[in-house]
This record gives sequence, C-alpha cells and structure tokens, in this order.
Amino acid sequence: MTGMSRRTQTLLIIVGAVMFAVAPLLIALAPNEATMGLVAKIVYFHVPVWFMMFLAVFICGIASGVYLFKGLPEADRLAVSAAELAVLFGFMGLTTGPLWARVSWGVWWPWDVRTTLALILEMNFVAYLLLRKYGGPGAEKLAAGVALFGMFNVPFVYVSVNVWRTLHPETTVVPTLPAAMAGPFWWCVVAYLTLFLVMLGGRRRLEDQRAKLDELRFAYEEE
Amino acid sequence: MAVSLVDFFRVAWLVMRKDVRIESRSREVLYTTSFFAASCVLVFSFAFVRAGRPVDGAEAGIVWVALAYAGQLALGRAFERELHQDALRGLLLAPVERAAIFVGKLLGIMLLMVLVEAVVIFFVSLFFSTAFFEYPVLFVGLLASGTIGFAVVGTLFAAMLTRAKSRAVLLPVLLYPVTVPVLIAGVNGTLSLIQADPNLDLARFWLALVTFFDVVFLTLALWTFEPLMTE
Repeated sequence: MTGMSRRTQTLLIIVGAVMFAVAPLLIALAPNEATMGLVAKIVYFHVPVWFMMFLAVFICGIASGVYLFKGLPEADRLAVSAAELAVLFGFMGLTTGPLWARVSWGVWWPWDVRTTLALILEMNFVAYLLLRKYGGPGAEKLAAGVALFGMFNVPFVYVSVNVWRTLHPETTVVPTLPAAMAGPFWWCVVAYLTLFLVMLGGRRRLEDQRAKLDELRFAYEEE
Repeated sequence: MAVSLVDFFRVAWLVMRKDVRIESRSREVLYTTSFFAASCVLVFSFAFVRAGRPVDGAEAGIVWVALAYAGQLALGRAFERELHQDALRGLLLAPVERAAIFVGKLLGIMLLMVLVEAVVIFFVSLFFSTAFFEYPVLFVGLLASGTIGFAVVGTLFAAMLTRAKSRAVLLPVLLYPVTVPVLIAGVNGTLSLIQADPNLDLARFWLALVTFFDVVFLTLALWTFEPLMTE
C-alpha cells in the first residue's frame, strides 16, 4: 500500500478547489425543487457528505480487517485516517440533516432510517477513536476489531431502524432528482470525493511520518 | 475433524465449568448483577408509571434496557476476575484452540445472563402485571437470540479490553453502538407480543433478524478472537 504521490495530491487539491469554487454557481442556477423550494438545495452538500462518510466507514473497516489478520502497520494508518474522516463527515451530515428536517418536517430529528444509521455509525467510530486515545498501548489492534464490527453492523442497523420506523408515520423521502438537478448534484459528489481523497492522503502521510519518526527514535536510542 | 470438534467443545465446557465453579463459591456476580437489574426495573417504574398504570408498552423497553445494563456489569466483572494474578494469560497460554476458550467464556456469561433475565422478568411481571408468556416460544426465542447476540459482542469486547486502560468506561462505549440492532429487535419484538393486538409476523421477523445477527457476529467473533487476544 503506497501513499498518494505528492504530484497527485497537488493535482487533486487544484481540481477540488476549482470544483468547490464552481459548485455554488451550479447550485444557484439549478431549478428549485417543486415542493420544498430553496431549502431543498441543502441536498447538494448534505448527500455527498453522507456518501463520503460511508466510503470512510468501509475503507476503515476493510483496512482494519487487513491490519488484524496480516498485521500490516500501513493498513492501520489508513484505517485511523479513514476513521477520523468518517467522524468528521458524519458530524457534517448530522448537522445539516436536522437543519433540513426542521424546515421540511417540522422536527429537528425525524428518526428516519438514514439519519439514525448515520448517528449510530458516528457513535461507533467515535468509540473507535476513544479506544485508540484512552486504551493505552496496543489499543490500535482492539480498535481494528471495533471498526470491523461496525462495518458489518451497517446492514443490521439499516434493516432494524427501517422496520422499527415503519410502525410510525412515514416521512417524505427526498424525490428522485430531475436531470437539471442531477448535474450539479453529481458535480458536488465529485468535489467532495476529491476533498476526501486529499484529506485521507494528507492524514495518512502524517501517520506515516509519525511512524518513521518513532522508528528513527528507537534506532537512535538503541545506539 | 470430528475428533477436533469434540475437543473444541470439551475445552469450551471446561472453561465454562471453571467459571461456574468460581462463581458458585462466592455468587458475587450473580447476586450483585441481579440486584442491580431489579433496581433498574424499580428506577424505570418511577419514570414510566402514570397514575398506577405503566405507559403503554414501556415494559418491553424496561426488560431489555435492564438486561443490557446488567449484562454490561456482569461482563466487566467476569473479566476483571481473570486479571487476578494474570489468570487470563495462563488460560490463553494453554495449548488449545483460542476460539474454544472464547466459547467457554461466552457460555458462562450467557448462563449468568439467563439467571438475571429470570429476575428481571419476574419483577417486571410483578410491577406491571404484564403477561410475557402468552406466546412462550416466540418470547423465549427472542430472549435467547437477544442474549446470544449481546453476549457474543460483549464477551469479545470485554475480553479484548482486559488489555486496555480505562476498560470500565470503554466497554459500554464500544458495546452499545454495535448491539443497537439487538436492542431494537428485542424491544420491538417483545412489544409486538405483549401489545393489546399481538403481531406475530412482526415478532417472527425480529426473531429472524436477531438470529441472523447472532450467526454473523458469532462467526466474526470466533474469527477475530485469536488476533485480538494476541499481543
């Protein structure tokens, strides 16, 4: 697992910056959603953030599995970088979600399946970070187990919250996007993906350098 | 293969018997956990009883939350015991399948949880006059599969946390997000059985969901116990 080269990183930063600069224009020009109006525009930021959280959860889960069974320290460094991004994007999703819910459904927290799943995943990955921070030496390995369990838990949480919620009045589901809105929407998804990759690459490089520094320190102390 | 499977369960049986024997000498975990579970039920009664009647359906939630809290307490204590004079390390050094040790610990925890469940259900039935056993097979099935799911995840996490600092507080922090499906299914499955108009199909669905959860997470736990317990 080699890290992203510096050139790719710079290229991604430029592409991402341009895409984020253009995104507000595209969003402003896109037609308003028929029933929700202006408020529905939050979807261009809220949904891509949610996609990125999921991406981070799966990257962290798979990398943790690799670390647990193969013992590769690189996999652990990738996992912790992804876990932090899962928590960060999860927090963004959990902040923008209630803002939308308040205006369109009248409540801050609608207990709909996606918001609740996001909350539980957020808790799972905050727990992962807490364990790494406060678990003492060797906690990385234990945290890898938590990440793996968290990833496998996704379908169970989804199904259980979904069925539990159908016992209550259904909340309106975001309608399928017409073409004029799909363009800017996918634009934003790609913009967020570049941001995600830049952050993941940067965070991983930091972990790599930290590991290298530790190695050098050990070598120095042994001399 | 057949012989090794017999060996596997023999080791699991021996580990469980060891735990049961230690517990039966002091009965510390059983008595304290059962008493704690009964106090939980009492605390919930003050929260959910209005004018002498429980809030509609509150019993299902009370049973499962009391079980989860009591289970968490028992898990923490059961593994705290293994830390005395490095007992767990000795156990792990034994030339046997690590997964068999896990299954032995799991069975011990489950046995303890079943006893606590009896206490909780007795008190909830007494305080709220709830008829839990109208559909005994489904209700016992839900309880059993929920106990397995909670105990599988809990035993693995409590076992691995013996190597960590601040384990007392980290156990619930790790345990609840992962066991959310079990709690949702347990509460709603029980609710669909005790409500005025029982919904058996829904209860069967929840039972199937938890059973599936058990299979997936038991496999995962058996698979990860070895690397998680290796320093």
